[in-house]
Amino acid sequence: MTLSMNTPDFLIERNRERCINCQVCVRQCANEAHGWDAEEEKIFSQDALCVNCHRCVTMCPTHSLSIRKFPLEFRENANWTASTMKAIYKQAETGGILLTGMGTDRPYPVYWDQLLLNASQVTNPSIDPLREPMELKTFLGRKPEQLRVINGKLAEALPPQLELDLPIMFSAMSFGSISLNVAKSLAQAAETLGTFYNTGEGGLHEDLYKYGKNTIVQVASGRFGVHSEYLNAGAAIEIKIGQGAKPGIGGHLPGEKVGVEVSRTRMIPEQSDAISPAPHHDIYSIEDLTQLIFSLKEATNYEKPVIVKIAAVHNVSAIASGIARAGADIIAIDGFRGGTGAAPLRTRDSVGIPIELALAAVDSRLREEGIRNQVSLVVGGSIRNSTDIIKAIALGADAVYVASSALLALGCHMCQKCYTGKCNWGIATQRPELVKRLNPEIGAERATNLLKAWEHEVKEILGGMGINAIESLCGNRLMLRGIGLSDRELNILGVLAAGE
Amino acid sequence: MKRVYAREEVCMGCKLCEVYCATAHSEYPLDLVKAFLKQKMKPLPRILVEYNLSISFALQCRHCDEAPCTKACITGAMQKDSVTGIVSNDERRCVGCWTCILVCPFGAIGRDNQGHKVASKCDLCSNVADQTDTESFSNVPVCVQNCPNRALQFMDSVVEGEE
Repeated sequence: MTLSMNTPDFLIERNRERCINCQVCVRQCANEAHGWDAEEEKIFSQDALCVNCHRCVTMCPTHSLSIRKFPLEFRENANWTASTMKAIYKQAETGGILLTGMGTDRPYPVYWDQLLLNASQVTNPSIDPLREPMELKTFLGRKPEQLRVINGKLAEALPPQLELDLPIMFSAMSFGSISLNVAKSLAQAAETLGTFYNTGEGGLHEDLYKYGKNTIVQVASGRFGVHSEYLNAGAAIEIKIGQGAKPGIGGHLPGEKVGVEVSRTRMIPEQSDAISPAPHHDIYSIEDLTQLIFSLKEATNYEKPVIVKIAAVHNVSAIASGIARAGADIIAIDGFRGGTGAAPLRTRDSVGIPIELALAAVDSRLREEGIRNQVSLVVGGSIRNSTDIIKAIALGADAVYVASSALLALGCHMCQKCYTGKCNWGIATQRPELVKRLNPEIGAERATNLLKAWEHEVKEILGGMGINAIESLCGNRLMLRGIGLSDRELNILGVLAAGE
Repeated sequence: MKRVYAREEVCMGCKLCEVYCATAHSEYPLDLVKAFLKQKMKPLPRILVEYNLSISFALQCRHCDEAPCTKACITGAMQKDSVTGIVSNDERRCVGCWTCILVCPFGAIGRDNQGHKVASKCDLCSNVADQTDTESFSNVPVCVQNCPNRALQFMDSVVEGEE
């Protein structure tokens, strides 16, 4: 053994005047940061094992715990920051790539916060959503070039559409990366709210088939759990090309998370690593994508819209144009702040572009090419509140995907340790004793509450703008003004500066 | 009658029910810190979390319709209330002979050896001063009130043939 240069990230503070030695913290910490000293008859804590997930803090009945940043400081250095140096110590010790979870924590600009919304004053009336109808219903899917009506009826059938009661869906998280109780919570919430959740590439557990009409089933590069019944169980099929947190790379669910249920659902042997390749090995061009889109449509009798999900990367608008022409009904774009259950740290923190710029660029490009009607746009990648949603829709999105926010509603505290499988909140884990900490009944209520609250807020703000249907806001960039942005950024976003 | 039922599938074995039960039956029923740190005798819970690996659930007196403990009690301290159905132990009359413990089919009666030797068991908080400031919670045992994951429910019998 050699000397380790790793030091704790967090300091556990215990108020001994309030601690009653009930050991709830000891039992609740899967990282074993708290222990019971039987000889001394008191609890001891090990700072180095703490990930600051707040499980013990929240559960402590006497509120005797607090977690702080470990006070140890290096000599001040603006270039060699503590996290930079610690990463090097860790890699020098292990020789491995650095892993992390959830979305990037780097201080990149958040364009949502530099966009301001409009409101009606004098010349146009604002609307009170409590007194007048306010429509949030959204239809996702290919819209025809024109509608021909014969004898009061549509001459041609509309392409398949997803009908959402509010323009918010739960984005893809696979059973395996998250626990079954999370999937059950979100599925139930989606049913209650009249929207959709997404299986991710983990297949559809048998207990979840009953939520089929509120399910988007995903087909990703590993093709885990894909079979005819699965494709037909959902309301739409999503082809996952990329993920905002880790564009260009695949996924790896370690064998220890592949228990009986995950194994059956994914159709892979128990305890075997589930490796999703970086590319789809049958997609090397837009033409190949067309083939997969239509294979899936053929398999489901052309009754379900097909979504193609990509990560926001540099030439996203050209790619989106290709996807629209390839026959997708919906394009989902995931920005670089999007979450993940596990990703290489350097990829997560440096690859991809902000969703706000990608969305504006894609919407502008599709409009210029006259093909915006052929696809709906769904964006995700750190939608944090109701105004992010309104701004996204004003920039050109039809609906948004949320996942990190949904997990926060279920208890996630953003400790970024999803990849360890020791999630104390029962979210990113397959350990039965941890999974049962999330009661799906409570989870569904909390996820439903969050989206209901956002629905209220969206209606209020729409009313303030004098708009009574969310569709009237879609791509309505005149409702936005930029603040503190360069001309170039404003140009890409297609919005005027505040005051213009 | 209403009883406490455990939902094993969402019990996470935190034992907060034990903490709150012990406090509610202590000298300081409203103060966790004083109950555990100031009271001379260690407060004892009348609910017990059974666990083995990932399986866990809280167990307390089932308040049996035909309660063997009431029949076995040598002093008549253990009685089933004919109106509420609650089986309770009159600690003034209890002599600590442990016969009730011997006959309890659930192992739900504990021993309190700290002072006057008595059998210690769940009373569905019927003797506990009203713990809460909201009326909606009154009469709900503290273990049920304080379970963070709804793993304990206070409801009418789910067992067929039971009153």
